[in-house]
Amino acid sequence: MFESLSQRLSSTIERLRGRARLTEENIRESLREVRIALLEADVALPVVQALIERIKVRAVGQDVLKSLTPGQALVRVVRDEMTAVMGTVNTDLNLAAQPPAVVLMAGLQGAGKTTTTAKLARFLKERKKKKVMVVSCDVYRPAAIEQLRVLAEQVEVLFHPSSGEQDPVAIARSALDAAKKNFADVLLVDTAGRLHVDAAMMAEIKALHAALNPIETLFVVDAMTGQDAANTAKAFAEALPLSGVILTKTDGDARGGAALSVRYITGRPIKFIGAGEKTEALEPFHPDRLAQRILGMGDVLSLVEQVEQKVDQEKAQKLADKVMKGKRFDLNDMRDQLQQMVSMGGIGSLIDKLPSVNSLPEHVKAKANDKEVLRMVAIINSMTKKERRHPDLLNGSRKARVARGSGTQPADVNRLLKQYTQMEKMMSKLAGGGIKGLMRTMSNAMKGMGGGGFPGGGTMR
Amino acid sequence: MFKFWKKKPKPEETPVPATLATQTSLAEALSAAADNAQLSEIATLPEAGAVASAPAEFAAVEPAAPAAVEPVPAAVTPPPLPPLEEETPPAAETSAPARRSWRERLSGSAFARSLGTLFSRKPKLDEDLLEELETALITADVGISASTELVESLRKRLNRREFADADQLLAALRQALIALVQPIAQPLVMATQHKPFVVLMVGVNGVGKTTTIGKLARRYQQQGLDVMLAAGDTFRAAAVEQLKTWGERNRVPVVSQGSGSDAASVIFDALQSARSKNLDLLIADTAGRLHTQTGLMDELGKIRRVLGKIDAGAPHEVLLVIDGTTGQNAINQVRQFRAAIGVTGLVVTKLDGTAKGGVIFALAKEFGLPVRFVGLGESLDDLREFDATAFVDGLLPGAIGA
Ligand SMILES: Nc1nc2c(ncn2[C@@H]2O[C@H](COP(=O)(O)OP(=O)(O)OP(=O)(O)O)[C@@H](O)[C@H]2O)c(=O)[nH]1
Ligand SMILES: Nc1nc2c(ncn2[C@@H]2O[C@H](COP(=O)(O)OP(=O)(O)OP(=O)(O)O)[C@@H](O)[C@H]2O)c(=O)[nH]1
Ligand SMILES: [Mg+2]
Ligand SMILES: [Mg+2]
Repeated sequence: MFESLSQRLSSTIERLRGRARLTEENIRESLREVRIALLEADVALPVVQALIERIKVRAVGQDVLKSLTPGQALVRVVRDEMTAVMGTVNTDLNLAAQPPAVVLMAGLQGAGKTTTTAKLARFLKERKKKKVMVVSCDVYRPAAIEQLRVLAEQVEVLFHPSSGEQDPVAIARSALDAAKKNFADVLLVDTAGRLHVDAAMMAEIKALHAALNPIETLFVVDAMTGQDAANTAKAFAEALPLSGVILTKTDGDARGGAALSVRYITGRPIKFIGAGEKTEALEPFHPDRLAQRILGMGDVLSLVEQVEQKVDQEKAQKLADKVMKGKRFDLNDMRDQLQQMVSMGGIGSLIDKLPSVNSLPEHVKAKANDKEVLRMVAIINSMTKKERRHPDLLNGSRKARVARGSGTQPADVNRLLKQYTQMEKMMSKLAGGGIKGLMRTMSNAMKGMGGGGFPGGGTMR
Repeated sequence: MFKFWKKKPKPEETPVPATLATQTSLAEALSAAADNAQLSEIATLPEAGAVASAPAEFAAVEPAAPAAVEPVPAAVTPPPLPPLEEETPPAAETSAPARRSWRERLSGSAFARSLGTLFSRKPKLDEDLLEELETALITADVGISASTELVESLRKRLNRREFADADQLLAALRQALIALVQPIAQPLVMATQHKPFVVLMVGVNGVGKTTTIGKLARRYQQQGLDVMLAAGDTFRAAAVEQLKTWGERNRVPVVSQGSGSDAASVIFDALQSARSKNLDLLIADTAGRLHTQTGLMDELGKIRRVLGKIDAGAPHEVLLVIDGTTGQNAINQVRQFRAAIGVTGLVVTKLDGTAKGGVIFALAKEFGLPVRFVGLGESLDDLREFDATAFVDGLLPGAIGA
């Protein structure tokens, strides 16, 4: 598996210790490691080379004494440069056009254009209160139009019908008319996946662009893409005046170097990232987080935000209040927490974002699944109200009853109680951190999972 | 006739003149089909004779004498002809054009380009050359560790003065690459005692599972097998309709239930139905899933368990589809899918673009799983058996490698 950049750099950085400043000579080896790390993360080679140059320029001459260690000085330069290249935070869609504002989607086969079209439709409708119409100009792939129709129905936006016998440009024109007639604010145009080397298909999308005059032309790219991202991005950017990039499938464990390549080569901002198959799985793009992910520093920040967003705020507040007032964290609270974990997309999606957890052996990770969490919930459900509030009541015979009731073994009940004790200890240590602090504690607990600190961790067998 | 459907305009497509072999009547082709799988296996055995299932060893890369790697013009030694290609009806390409098309389609690669510029400069045999070579491998997605090992072995030989010039060094690289993927070039052989033989398609989202099923259905139907498809993607919008269209194009039955139904139960039903109809082959689609999604990965295990109730050996082949444009993440994909369901073969798609699929080398080294097919386009006929030599030659510049 991948080493994180900091791990990678540790040996070469040893040699930097005691140096007063970073020089071209003394960072050469470290930069080699940076180069390898970027390549391992699938950043395209030309982009890696350009980045290394920038890093060198920034790093050489830096005063090491001011920072804690020379290694940290270098890592920070690397991260800052990457973040700078990756662009500014969270650019929104530009809809400042005579309505309907047209958004054209483009990209390779299977990148996620149709799904992203539906996600954007939902986003614009729900968050921006826009009247949205979608249309598919994909007359090639079987059931491509039907796919968008179903998705449009799900997110409840206008769908302009088209068929495989039509010409894509003709479809685009009639959709534009229909959007005007229906007073739609935005028209999202899905297109067929195409290879940048397919001259005829590239000519087609140019013609679509000419017919639609879109205010946004978005290049959709799969986060798992390798070195080829550079070639494709270049070709699409030459054929179309791209206005932005959407990076899809970031919910996996790809390091996402393609994002850096595409961003660097097109010079266009990454506007959103896709983080799941469902239509709500569209997230704002944070350059610093992606930079850290590419460097193998994980995505702890994103996790904290995700937890904050999806957690049941009311329950969390109640728990925070309770803990802060020095009241005891009981098994009811634990059950709430467990259920929220599952509703946040499951442990799997949380694990991926935490580097230290991700480095656990596969068999350990595989065991940390939602089934275990649900089983723990089942155990708690089999207790009486009184037992949940006063876990100390649970003696041998009560435990046996709970085990029977939840279809588990007494040992499982014991394990759960042990985890509860650990969690309770953690919670009582927490002082005045509010919801944020609480969530941070949760994510820290996740990190300590190998040691059994977190519910789920201890159930690994 | 097939229902009409649109095909993307393909400027480079030229009609292939029918050869004697392709004029074999359809009836003859069909009657010979039963033995095809076995035939093709024998015909494509590598010269070395070893179809190792173990991960390829880099040590094998160094032949005793450098003379052995003397480049031979491609035309003189065509790759073993896969009989399947020959006996498909006239519409399909023969294997010779197939090879040409591999070369054609793959030669625009970044890898080929960078090697091309590398060697037209008549470079010196030195450290810089090796470093550039390593770079070229990396840009083809071969991966750091595979690239480093390949170059390391070349470096050793260079230091022993085994190469007279850059051409010899590149020829040695070609040999090394071929040796790496030759052991995984194992066609899919369907044991006839399984009726139906069950193929399960799995993979991450959007890699080409459903499209490949369409292509496979075509291929095996043309060999005279009775094929059925199971619409096991009950999640993605219009996934069932997509597979049904491929079914119609091939005129093969598609078993499906409504969207949102249980994937395992759809495939179970299909297996029962295929059995009762005494069909030869059942190919089951599944929803795309990221290998990190534990719950969805568990679902694959459930599919296996449920099918096992009818036929303990089913699915007989689990094909993991890898998108050829994928970078190093493909390694994680293979690892996780293998752990979840026991992958028996790979299909690498989308090699008709500029992506080189160099990750195949890394996969060969790490897992040694057979690559059954490669996808070279979106149409029914754009599927080839994986041919190690053609694959490598497609990546190397014509003047030197082949
Ligand atoms: N996990 C995950 N899956 C995604 C994401 N975005 C899209 N997908 C999935 O990727 C697959 C392909 O998505 P589509 O939207 O059909 O891709 P497309 O670019 O329209 O494909 P073509 O039209 O065939 O070129 C589907 O299975 C989607 O559900 C994402 O952010 N995360
Ligand atoms: N250029 C090219 N495109 C391909 C190839 N194989 C599949 N595709 C295209 O890739 C896109 C995705 O293919 P699908 O078959 O829908 O992929 P899938 O894995 O079934 O996708 P999900 O079910 O959504 O996970 C479609 O646009 C296909 O036409 C290939 O070999 N070359
Ligand atoms: Mg689409
Ligand atoms: Mg599919």
